[in-house]
Amino acid sequence: MELSEHIKTANVEDVTLRRPFHPALRGTLCVTSHHLLFSDGKDEASWQLLILLKNIDAIEKRAVGSSGTITIKCKDLLVLQLEIPGMEECLNIASSIEALSSLESVTEMYPFFYRPSHLTLSGPWGLSSMEQYYKQTERLWDRWRISTVNSDYSVCLSYPSAVIVPREVDDDMLIRSARFRQGGRFPVLSYCHHRNGMVIMRSSQPLTGANKKSCKEDELLLRAVIDGSKLGYIIDLRSAQQAQQARMTGGGFESKSCYSDWKRFHRHHERGKVVQESLIKLVEACSDPSHSVDRWLSKLENSKWLSHVHSALCTAGLVVECVERDGHSVLVHGSEGTDNTLLVSSLAQLILDPASRTVTGFLCLLEREWIQAGHPFQQRCAHSAYSHARLKQECPSFLLLLDCVWQVWRQFPLALEFSEALLLRLAQEVYASNYGTFLCNSEQERCAAGVKENTHCLFQSLLRPDIEEQYLNPLYEPTDLVIWPSVHPQSLQLWTGLFLRWTEYAQNMEEAREEVWSIVKEHREQAGPDRTNNMLSTHCDTLTPFENLMDELTIL
Amino acid sequence: MEHIITPKVEHVKLLNKYPEKKSALGTLYLTATHLIYVEQTNNSRAETWVLHHHIMSVEKLPLTAPGCPLLIRCKTFQLLHLLFQKERDCQDVYQSLLHLSQPVKEDELYAFLYTPHQNQEDRRQGWEFISVANDFSRMGLSNEYWEISPLNKNYEICSTYPSILGLPKNASVAVVTGSAKFRSRGRLPVLSYYHKDTKAAICRCSQPLSGLTSRCVEDEQMLQAISQANPNCPFIYVVDTRPKLNAMANRAAGKGYENEDNYSNIRFQFQGIENIHVMRNSLQKLLEVCSMKSPSMSDYLTGLENSGWMRHIKSVMDAGVFLAKAVSEERASVLVHCSDGWDRTAQVCSLACILLDPYYRTIKGLMVLIEKEWISFGHKFSHRCGHLDSDPKEVSPVFTQFLECVWQLSEQFPCVFEFNERYLIEIHNQVYACQYGNFIGNCQKERLDMRLHEKTFSLWPHLLKNQHLYRNPLYRRSLESTVLRPSTLPLHFKFWCGMYNHYDGGMHPKQSVLDQLLSLTQKQVEGERTMTELQRLAVADGVLPDPSGLISTPTKQDSPCEKTPTAPVVQSNGSCAPLINGDAEEAVPGAEKCNEEEGAES
Repeated sequence: MELSEHIKTANVEDVTLRRPFHPALRGTLCVTSHHLLFSDGKDEASWQLLILLKNIDAIEKRAVGSSGTITIKCKDLLVLQLEIPGMEECLNIASSIEALSSLESVTEMYPFFYRPSHLTLSGPWGLSSMEQYYKQTERLWDRWRISTVNSDYSVCLSYPSAVIVPREVDDDMLIRSARFRQGGRFPVLSYCHHRNGMVIMRSSQPLTGANKKSCKEDELLLRAVIDGSKLGYIIDLRSAQQAQQARMTGGGFESKSCYSDWKRFHRHHERGKVVQESLIKLVEACSDPSHSVDRWLSKLENSKWLSHVHSALCTAGLVVECVERDGHSVLVHGSEGTDNTLLVSSLAQLILDPASRTVTGFLCLLEREWIQAGHPFQQRCAHSAYSHARLKQECPSFLLLLDCVWQVWRQFPLALEFSEALLLRLAQEVYASNYGTFLCNSEQERCAAGVKENTHCLFQSLLRPDIEEQYLNPLYEPTDLVIWPSVHPQSLQLWTGLFLRWTEYAQNMEEAREEVWSIVKEHREQAGPDRTNNMLSTHCDTLTPFENLMDELTIL
Repeated sequence: MEHIITPKVEHVKLLNKYPEKKSALGTLYLTATHLIYVEQTNNSRAETWVLHHHIMSVEKLPLTAPGCPLLIRCKTFQLLHLLFQKERDCQDVYQSLLHLSQPVKEDELYAFLYTPHQNQEDRRQGWEFISVANDFSRMGLSNEYWEISPLNKNYEICSTYPSILGLPKNASVAVVTGSAKFRSRGRLPVLSYYHKDTKAAICRCSQPLSGLTSRCVEDEQMLQAISQANPNCPFIYVVDTRPKLNAMANRAAGKGYENEDNYSNIRFQFQGIENIHVMRNSLQKLLEVCSMKSPSMSDYLTGLENSGWMRHIKSVMDAGVFLAKAVSEERASVLVHCSDGWDRTAQVCSLACILLDPYYRTIKGLMVLIEKEWISFGHKFSHRCGHLDSDPKEVSPVFTQFLECVWQLSEQFPCVFEFNERYLIEIHNQVYACQYGNFIGNCQKERLDMRLHEKTFSLWPHLLKNQHLYRNPLYRRSLESTVLRPSTLPLHFKFWCGMYNHYDGGMHPKQSVLDQLLSLTQKQVEGERTMTELQRLAVADGVLPDPSGLISTPTKQDSPCEKTPTAPVVQSNGSCAPLINGDAEEAVPGAEKCNEEEGAES
């Protein structure tokens, strides 16, 4: 079925648009295969709102006399109301939105149609790869190697084609180890600490099962990781009890008898549905119009969102302590090794590694540790906080990561090169995007769908030489130090930038941000012109989504 | 000094709140004014200074194997957990601190011992620097509706009010005195703030002695006069800041609230702010949450909720917002009271002033506001802060709550305040420190009787001298003319970690945007902007005859309570050059230059 067949009414006049903290507007509403367009006039100066249909999480219809009202709740937490004259038009629009906002076929999604004039598809896709990371990290060359055992994704469906493993472990051993790990996610290197050469490994749980199976090759692999040093730490992101229970369903943990060099810690982390429900509860609490403080605090507590932020930072801190303070290597895993594992390992890197705190470094980190490492974005981000759809595999792990990064940024406001705006942009892009970066669930799927050939890369676009000023932290001062965030509950705050994004509060914060920039610029002008140029070139040629809409209309 | 049994105890451990961190070993000294703990590690000498007046309570805990523990809680929310080797020492220190922290007579307070390097003339000018009368002039008073009256010059009409009062022009002396007799402690309705743009006024008083049936013609006429002083609105709001139940209970005791039937054209409102006892208990609970050892996120949030503290802060803010809205949007005058009109009334009126008038959002403006609404209108600082050994039931964090409301506003509006968080915290510390005379005594008359202006110094010039520390680099003058309309949805109220966990350095951001921006803007500021701006304002006010005279105290460390090594103020003190004489004198030509430049740009 062609996408356009979902559209019964493409245009409606005299629609009233209501947004929070803005006066109502009257104009024309237009539905296309991928967008909802509202325009308050026909001339050039008209104000336009363009929303990716994929961004729409839930819609509610209500009939008022002969006209209808549609409430649109977006995945980026914006809530809009459209008053549409004519019940039939209203229902048509609503059903088009419902159908087109939940497309399941990747190649039908908007990134496959997004063709801005200033980008070409032949350009490089992605920023980094395991090979590049290996090349850049001299410390690895001696004892580690790149393995392409997974080049056809047959050993592990969710791993990238190349991984870094101990030099002394051959590919056959890797294949055997993979069979002993859930989803084939055998232990691979995630990070090598520049100060002491200690590494962070990640994997999925071992499949010891009820019969306490073991796997020699898996044990040898881990022994090779610590290579002679006496001790490594396994951070299991489940409680000891949960890990025990996992054996009943074929999973398990590394027993002391088989992995005598490794010391295991258990840290309980919620996962999947529980975290998704946290997000739903938190967003619900944030839009509660009640004026009772007790009710708010109780809902905030009850949502447990901050508790998840707290645990993630605590465990990341533990990993950092093992690597930096104790000087030992660490293996992190939970069950599948595709959510909390990535959350903890990437946070630990941000805390440990100054290179991951630049814009490029951070995006590379996300690319390696989330996209290539096989976080199932398509499943996890199918719905956000408003959807009434029955939850399947949704989980805001990535949003949780961004929240944790924001907490670190708040505590070390000079240590990160990027700004809150970049985190907010990512929070938006991960749910609905013009770019192909967050499509699919793994490299294998992206490969099969031809994502790299047929879509543009978000990270490449963010990193164009004229990177937008708003994504830079004006106060950035690189530091080589480890940036340990405080994990006292008092030190963690609700991420108002995200959760109160569409309120007046956000406007006040924007003013403050501009003021910081103007102070910094004034200072730099005094300090000398040469620094000003390379940091602060502003540009206005970011593509407005409208140019591109034209392309799409022709497709239609 | 006679209270100090042992001036020096060695081998005292200062226990860390977090058991995993090692505690310090050092020597404890008791001086006439301070408790000083000197930590002796290999080659560093970290000092912790605690002013005796800052000590809220001293508690001997049960003897443990490693020694004899003493827990010191401070009004600045610092917590010291000391461990003595000998029980004897612990007992001696305990006894000494009990006396030292709770002096019996006023003249034992620090302010009466404290002498900065200032001569009598400096002292006099210091006290005159902030003047309530000037603020009335700034509002454009007296005018055709209001007059600034010396009727209370001998404190005969109301002993706890200031000597000058803003009264409606058409209220006769008989009406004024009659109304005073009908109000609790004679605290009759008088002007707190006059809003030039709308001609609406905020007035304040105490509860009427209405009981169940009493009425008073003069009081009714007084309210009528206030109403008539505003040509823009036919009615006035009467805001009782108490919960309705409390106000009703007062009726049985012959007090109560205004009966709408007896007063023409009033609109009566309750606001539901709890009394001083509820607030004291709430803070107590909040502090328990703050000092929990490694709580989970749920423990913390549940504790925060159960303390009720945020709810109370919001109730004060709500009332302030109500007033500001009435004045700015409805152009209606408002009369505010609670029971005595010196706690909740002070909170609400001063908050409304900040919302309405950008002047009070400046460094100097906040001084004026505190002087006007709190000090001169008889907020009982001595009782509420427990300066002396007195009734503990009179102690309540009413002023702290006001400062917190200002902080909450500054979090919502980062660019509209000239000062930063440290200014609020420093004022808070100084209120309890009794180092300067401003916050000693319960009302103007008491302060006059104590001859504070002759015997002590004023805090304000000291703060002004250090104002480079308190500046908000994001302050935008262009935004200043707006009335603030904060959101009072509960999710906008944050826990003030910088205040209640001030001394838990580990909880605060490890890098400070404020310091960074202050140092970036330092150069421009030192020579140009802030000094001159304030002096220009001061001169314009007619307060500051000689700019250099005021700031002529080159004493760098005249304030030992700031020496506390844990206070972050001192750290920044080290990095910022103090503004001394020379800078101040040079500042005036700098101002002209600055103005020229601005002119050229525009």
